[in-house]
Amino acid sequence: MAVPTSRPTTAARTDARARPGPRPALSGAERCLAVIDYLLVVYRRTWRGSIIERFLSPVFFLLSMGVGLGALVDRRSGGVGGVPYLEFVVPAIVATQAMWVAMGESTYQVLGYIKWNMAYHAMLATPLGVRDVLVGHLLAVAGHMTVATAIFMAVAALFGGFSSWWALLCLPVAVLTGMAFAVPIFAFTARQEGDSGFNILFRFVMTPLMLFSGTFFPVGQLPVWMQPVAWLTPLWHGVSASRAASSGDVDWPVLLGHVAVLALFIGAGWWLAVRSFAARLVR
Amino acid sequence: MSDGETTLVRARGLTKTFGGFTAVDGVDFAVTRGECFGFLGPNGAGKSSTMRMVGCVSPVTGGELRLFGLDPATDGPAIRARLGVVPQRDTLDEELTVEENLWIYGRYFGLSRREVRERAGELLDFAQLTERAGDKVEPLSGGMKRRLTIARSLINGPEILLLDEPTTGLDPQARHILWDRLFRLKRSGVTLVLTTHYMDEAEQLCDRLVVMDHGRIVAEGSPQQLIKEYSSREVLELRFDTDEHGEWAPELVGVGERVEVLPDRLLVYADDGDAAASEVHRRGVEPLSSLVRRSTLEDVFLHLTGRSLVD
Ligand SMILES: Nc1ncnc2c1ncn2[C@@H]1O[C@H](COP(=O)(O)OP(=O)(O)OP(=O)(O)O)[C@@H](O)[C@H]1O
Ligand SMILES: [Mg+2]
Repeated sequence: MAVPTSRPTTAARTDARARPGPRPALSGAERCLAVIDYLLVVYRRTWRGSIIERFLSPVFFLLSMGVGLGALVDRRSGGVGGVPYLEFVVPAIVATQAMWVAMGESTYQVLGYIKWNMAYHAMLATPLGVRDVLVGHLLAVAGHMTVATAIFMAVAALFGGFSSWWALLCLPVAVLTGMAFAVPIFAFTARQEGDSGFNILFRFVMTPLMLFSGTFFPVGQLPVWMQPVAWLTPLWHGVSASRAASSGDVDWPVLLGHVAVLALFIGAGWWLAVRSFAARLVR
Repeated sequence: MSDGETTLVRARGLTKTFGGFTAVDGVDFAVTRGECFGFLGPNGAGKSSTMRMVGCVSPVTGGELRLFGLDPATDGPAIRARLGVVPQRDTLDEELTVEENLWIYGRYFGLSRREVRERAGELLDFAQLTERAGDKVEPLSGGMKRRLTIARSLINGPEILLLDEPTTGLDPQARHILWDRLFRLKRSGVTLVLTTHYMDEAEQLCDRLVVMDHGRIVAEGSPQQLIKEYSSREVLELRFDTDEHGEWAPELVGVGERVEVLPDRLLVYADDGDAAASEVHRRGVEPLSSLVRRSTLEDVFLHLTGRSLVD
């Protein structure tokens, strides 16, 4: 028998995957990339619509909240804790809009892949497994969130929303905040039959969170009993981390504390999502 | 030679339950390399549940299942890498183009982008979809979508192709095109496992089949064997001017081997249908119409279960 002198090349390995007999297994990276490839093809068809939205939504936000409301706040009380209102609100809105991207990417599309076009079922008939499908899709969502946040931050910077280069840290913080929502929402969506649950999520979870998690005013302004509630929400941690990151003088312990809580939400969400996906897709 | 080399699929006491409901109730079967093996049965017989276990997407509840000698519970991905699957309901992305659907699916099997493109070209030819390669899937006809699903299932050069009701809902012409493609695949050495509730499809395509009902296998053999074993050579179909065809059954005792009563006709099983027809006439029984035909799997099914396949 011939002794192989070198490792088979990648091409030889992938060619053998379409030939009779046992096939060379896919690496973890290959499995996730295959799922991401599908989502890239999907995005390629839809990016024009979403890119316009990505540019317009920050402009509207900044014009109304930052510039309009900000002028009023700054004139009356000299900003929030000495920080001009625009610089106070922009890092928070960056984190908040990542939450909205998470909502947009983790509901209808995920339910569609489960129920309507059954894209997940197509994947699971191949060597891919539930975890591959989940990791691949979540990574694609994280990528989408990164691009959306970068656009938002670029627009905000043009409006003078940042005062320091440290604000670049808001990008990973926002993606982390978004994923702290996306991963648990994936788990939630996999338990839905129709879209009525999404309305509840939208009206009774996301909207109150945006209003009461310190995005537009410090949580200290809330009634005392509401403040601990804010501490339990990922958005408050995301907003606080984003502010800690953008303030020229980064408060590392505070920043890392909030980041750790966000990571906790992602971890718990992952645990739930794997279970929900398996229960829904493998019967 | 090991068992996994000639017997590609082996099931012993294979069972599937959903909650308290038993969809597949301890079935035994084996599929040999190169053959076309069928599951024939009515709605709810457990065909899809069985196919989904064989496709390693649905965990086995009980019994034993082996593909290529491997256990789906531990080697699911390795087995699926060697299968082609045409599910009962198409799982194409209708927003994407025909060729994008193929490329994407090939990537799931770990094929390179270059290879996926090469193979997609050949498969579109095979599925007679080359002209539609760049078109969106959504407006395609049902037959075209089905052919695309089959082309897609072949992207990894599968050794076994699982087809769950490949032609249900298609018009006769589309079905014949599809059957022709499946014949070609079989000739090229692909092992076919299919389910159907069309007896003509089973007769046309299957070398061997099992008849399923209520989650159980009630008979097994080649179409000819089954017909020989469970039916007569010919059947005399009689229609009467009545709402209750059963009323006429006593008049026909002894004409053939057996009489089956259907809502709209009576079936007399006899090796010589014309002789049976003469005998009916001699007894002075006057049906509205009478027809002699050869026995089919439909008759086998009727005999085994007392019900029609398609209701
Ligand atoms: N996921 C599920 N949960 C609960 N019951 C199920 C599930 N899948 C199938 N069943 C039930 O199991 C039985 C067998 O279904 P199956 O789909 O295997 O039948 P089939 O022979 O493929 O029928 P058809 O010709 O309608 O496709 C049916 O009564 C069905 O309702
Ligand atoms: Mg079925």
